[in-house]
Amino acid sequence: MGEPDRPRGRSLIGESVLRLEDRPLLVGEGRFLGDVSFEDELHLRVVRSDVAHGVLRGVGLEDVLAAEGVVAAWGADEVAHLPAIEFRMTGFDELRPHCQRVLAGERVRYVGDPVAVVIAEDPYLAEDAAELAFVDVDPLEPVLEANSPEAVAPLTLEHEHGDVEAAFAGAHRIVELRATVGRHSGIPLETRGLLARPVDGDGPDGNRVELYGIAKVPHYNCVTIAAMLGLAPGQVVGREGHVGGGFGVRGELYPEDLLVTHAALKLGRPVKWVEDRREHLLAANHSRDQTYHVRAAVDADGIVQAIDADFFHDQGGYVRTHGATVPNLSVALLPGPYLVPSYRVRGHIRLTNKTPAGTYRAPGRFESTFVRERLMDAVAATYGLDPAEIRRRNLIPPESMPFDRGVNTLGTPVVYDSGDYARLLDRLLDHLGYESLREGLAARRGAGERVGLGIGMFVEKSGLGPFDDVRVRRLDGGGVEVVTGAASVGQGMETVIAQICAEVLDVDYVDVTVRHGQTDMIGRGLGAFASRVTVMTGVAVYLAATELAATGEVAEATFNTEHMTYPYGAHAAVVRVDEGTGGVTVERYVVAYDVGRAVNPMLVEGQIIGGVAQGIGGALLELFAYDSDGQPLATSFMDYLMPTVAEQPPVEVLLSEDAPSPLNPLGLKGAGEGGTTACGAAIAAAIDDAIGRPGAVTSLPATPELVRSLLRI
Amino acid sequence: MTEISAADVAVPVVLRVNGDEYRITAQPRRTLADALRDDCGLTGTHLGCEHGVCGACTVLLDGEPVRSCLLFAVQSQGAEIRTVEGLAGDDGTLHPLQEAFWRHHGLQCGFCTPGFLMLSAGVLETRPDIGDDELREALSSNLCRCTGYQTIVEAVRSVRDAGEA
Repeated sequence: MGEPDRPRGRSLIGESVLRLEDRPLLVGEGRFLGDVSFEDELHLRVVRSDVAHGVLRGVGLEDVLAAEGVVAAWGADEVAHLPAIEFRMTGFDELRPHCQRVLAGERVRYVGDPVAVVIAEDPYLAEDAAELAFVDVDPLEPVLEANSPEAVAPLTLEHEHGDVEAAFAGAHRIVELRATVGRHSGIPLETRGLLARPVDGDGPDGNRVELYGIAKVPHYNCVTIAAMLGLAPGQVVGREGHVGGGFGVRGELYPEDLLVTHAALKLGRPVKWVEDRREHLLAANHSRDQTYHVRAAVDADGIVQAIDADFFHDQGGYVRTHGATVPNLSVALLPGPYLVPSYRVRGHIRLTNKTPAGTYRAPGRFESTFVRERLMDAVAATYGLDPAEIRRRNLIPPESMPFDRGVNTLGTPVVYDSGDYARLLDRLLDHLGYESLREGLAARRGAGERVGLGIGMFVEKSGLGPFDDVRVRRLDGGGVEVVTGAASVGQGMETVIAQICAEVLDVDYVDVTVRHGQTDMIGRGLGAFASRVTVMTGVAVYLAATELAATGEVAEATFNTEHMTYPYGAHAAVVRVDEGTGGVTVERYVVAYDVGRAVNPMLVEGQIIGGVAQGIGGALLELFAYDSDGQPLATSFMDYLMPTVAEQPPVEVLLSEDAPSPLNPLGLKGAGEGGTTACGAAIAAAIDDAIGRPGAVTSLPATPELVRSLLRI
Repeated sequence: MTEISAADVAVPVVLRVNGDEYRITAQPRRTLADALRDDCGLTGTHLGCEHGVCGACTVLLDGEPVRSCLLFAVQSQGAEIRTVEGLAGDDGTLHPLQEAFWRHHGLQCGFCTPGFLMLSAGVLETRPDIGDDELREALSSNLCRCTGYQTIVEAVRSVRDAGEA
């Protein structure tokens, strides 16, 4: 076999071409953070609290400093002049007192809270020495439930539109439920890390520090680190390399990023930190962990006239860079694809003594979709209607597009830009052979098997602005270079951006080089999050390449937008429940997803299938459990269970392009999250169906223990 | 302060990796993974958990897939070690598994890929006719967080079916 084929001369947008990224990753030439090293580098190890809540009396570092190979060791005094880490998104003054400082000084608030650092000549020696630190803590009672009266309550997000009271007063039926989504997170296979390297410079900024291991939002992090350390913005330079998975978690600004950069500048040598897996499970952002009480006012036809929702968001010990992003998204997107004319919601942000929380793929949507779809299933059961029928009656019709949801999120009004939701539902049901599938499952249940089908629908969001810049340049020899402030987290963005550029310029996409995550190559950039890169960077490169085609050698363009785009989807799960163990096997999984226009269908399907695996993890397996002292019980992959190939069903993807976005010239919507969004909802419904108990599953993950307890009732 | 134990005294270690001999000095506690990455400069072998679950560090030791994070460098002496760097031909020609992972979109971030490639190579070399169910079971040894595994399984099956490994 030779090199993989690469089509030429056809339209490249819509073509499943092979990825530009793959060759170095296949032959062992990836440059992940751990693969970068410099001759004189030092190694940093973080000393962390092993108490969930307490008064920090001090950290004894005498033995640490006397240990072999140790160059320096610091507690909070060393970095007391640094401010707490600010919000990157969705900030509120009420939350600011709860931002995390670089090292804890007076209180420790979760197991894993950084209290000191050790810097040594060798990573083994740094770890040895860190174990000699004496962390003196007077324990306090930990708070472990967001709805506990002891939980600090900085802020409740509230929203109301329509006439909720009238809808409930006039309701034919009121359907109510309580539901919980457990604490889990992204858990990329590569742990976090950073290498800060001081560089003597003769440029206008003088000496600089280069950061390897930076990801997701390189420009934001470099500018923010510079400001916190009292440097000029250009003095901190991001050098993004390969990134071993992002999922919302990696690349946010964490205390360790400041600790490593400060150490490198103070010691004048490269300083490298690579966390171990236990640290990652203790210290990187957790997510989900929301508990809901919802009520629906339903009219005689089964139309939901109002939803009244109240939920608690367990933020953990501090508020990090995402501010109120996750509960804000829950608030805005809970009504989903349904009309719901009146809506009231209160989202209570509460601090507990667990790891601080942030976003994880489909943040606020995995949770609110689980709750809304459970509610729709409950309405169906109340009215004796088929779950698909109750959804069809409530869906927003295509003639109502664009549909103003009457709520804002991430600083933009939620206006669904386009969609034919009923058509997508029909496509899913046709593909399933819905009626005959249901009959077949009923027959299997009649023969003694516990098998069932569940469906879930949702509206996603993508393409968060407000801008993206791209510079395109023709290179000697026929190639083209694209420079962007976006980032790669392994999703294949280089290929997609090259495809769009090549389509416009009529060149081979393999001759397009995409440079990203290098903060000294382009003035600003927003990075890779919120399924934004294909939409924002994709359209920016389309504009820049179009200009280049007309004008010559170099072109720059900016794509500005004040609105997100809204892809939408429908999931179906078939599960089998083992009566003896309570174990759930997903036999089949189908995702119908409309992304407006798929630049590379193979990569879109890859995003969806991978997203399903993470969704199944959250639905059935993954849970950050704590004991009554606040000790985390999932600190290794023996206890934090992620799906292997053995747990992953065959996934069928129905990729749909019915509703191109009218908000950009290519019709693009983002594809990164919709594989995950409705997994909890569809699998819970399928378990209900399998065990013949509508509404049984109200909390995730549906572990064997939980399912077995439901079977016993 | 720190007590010196035998495990802290570096000793000469000879590793045979991809047919080449590496003479390094390592403490007995040094893992094979760290020795490959930091002493031999073969950073294609990745560390995802360092407790033997994720399989990102899988290499072949005398043809058997092993977790290099759970082995010490000193105990790997005398064995033929193969890493991802040894899969492609000297002229850069990709191994059929590498080719198949590319064609089937069997990788996204690529961090777990070297481990899956070495696991698959070890499995197919010893059991070229392995059945689908046993192949899935073998591949369930390793974790991937991006792909959902479907395309990885398709890639390995295609190589098995072509009888190329």
